[in-house]
Amino acid sequence: MKPAPFVYHAPRSLEEALSLLADLGDDAKILAGGQSLMPILNFRLTRFDHLIDINRIGDWYGAPRLDSSTVTIPTLVRQRTAERDPALASAVPIFQQALRQVAHPQIRNRGTICGSLAHADPAAELPSVVSVLDSTFTVASSRGKRTVDVADFFQFHLTTALEPDEMLTEVTVRKPPPGTVMAFHEFATRKGDFALAAVAASVTFTDGKVSACRLAAAGVAPTPQRLTAAENLVTGSSLTSSACSAAGETASGEVDPTSDIHATADHRRKLVDALVQRALGDAARQGEDL
Amino acid sequence: MSVRIAVTVNSKSYHETVDDRYTLADFLRERLRLTGTHLGCEHGVCGACTVIVDGASVRSCLMLAAQADGASVETVESLAAGGDLNPVQRAFKENHALQCGFCTSGFLMSVTAALREGPVRSADEAREVLSGNICRCTGYRGMVQAVLDVSS
Repeated sequence: MKPAPFVYHAPRSLEEALSLLADLGDDAKILAGGQSLMPILNFRLTRFDHLIDINRIGDWYGAPRLDSSTVTIPTLVRQRTAERDPALASAVPIFQQALRQVAHPQIRNRGTICGSLAHADPAAELPSVVSVLDSTFTVASSRGKRTVDVADFFQFHLTTALEPDEMLTEVTVRKPPPGTVMAFHEFATRKGDFALAAVAASVTFTDGKVSACRLAAAGVAPTPQRLTAAENLVTGSSLTSSACSAAGETASGEVDPTSDIHATADHRRKLVDALVQRALGDAARQGEDL
Repeated sequence: MSVRIAVTVNSKSYHETVDDRYTLADFLRERLRLTGTHLGCEHGVCGACTVIVDGASVRSCLMLAAQADGASVETVESLAAGGDLNPVQRAFKENHALQCGFCTSGFLMSVTAALREGPVRSADEAREVLSGNICRCTGYRGMVQAVLDVSS
């Protein structure tokens, strides 16, 4: 037994989970896939008096929902489920592109999309993925429900807009306009390790030119960082290789990463340059097939 | 605090009371004495504790025993039915895919789950299947060959 003692709760409905959260607040933590929470509990980097396991609140929360304009990923959708959902892959391909680079199948079999978003690890893939999409977070508590825009959700290293009595119940993504292509590229020392840096890209082409571009980097700031100067640079261009390399250089100038035992700040800046070029190059190749 | 669970392990049902913080790995090893499941890092990196839960390979160090209530668990002990090595185990043996053997049970369970999803056709695919487990002895070449052999 590695973790410090806690009381385990297994509510059978969302309402029951929220009422437990309302009563226990800061002393409780939601347990979904557990692939980030259990390691830090096993290490005793943190401890909670109560764990609220939401895995039994209902199968309905485990399947993505698609309608004509949006994709909704409820709180218990496993990363592996999303990765293998053909409808999701065709509607918003960046989920599958990025999920294939998240850890290993054994982790993705348990880990959830919403769990990774609520955990908000700055090196994780999914926060940067939703940052290039029109995403809205639905957050619930026994006080009611509210929505939070992706721009306001990630606040700091492992810190989100969630209040202690709130839980992320789903993330909703607007389907991208026609002519949109997506790419996700990361660099990790070994496949499946935490990325030293990663770049998510969503590029919309109109008549062969970039009419909209969103880029977000992971691993270089306390939250996912939009690379707006690089986005502006390529918007209106036809995404030639020189436009891609100029965007990479610009992007590396707009991030301010820190050094740690895994990589220096300078190395991370150079990775952002290279990864922006790869992601945009990938987008340009996909754009040719449109 | 403790929790009552009903769980099927290697086709046998168990009704047990477990401590809230007991991991599935602890339960398998200490309660059921199924010590073929090994614990290496206990934070999800090494893969030694990999078992199959409801058909999916998972880290048993990152799952609570309480969460396995109602689930069907397969461990390495299920592979050699009747004491004869199964094809995955035989391929590991024939390709020298193990040395000290500590990591082997985790690899076998990861490979078993992956092969149920479909054939592994290339060395790259085999490496992908093996990537979630760490071995500190063999250098993986024998394992890649074992996966390809058993898949063909």
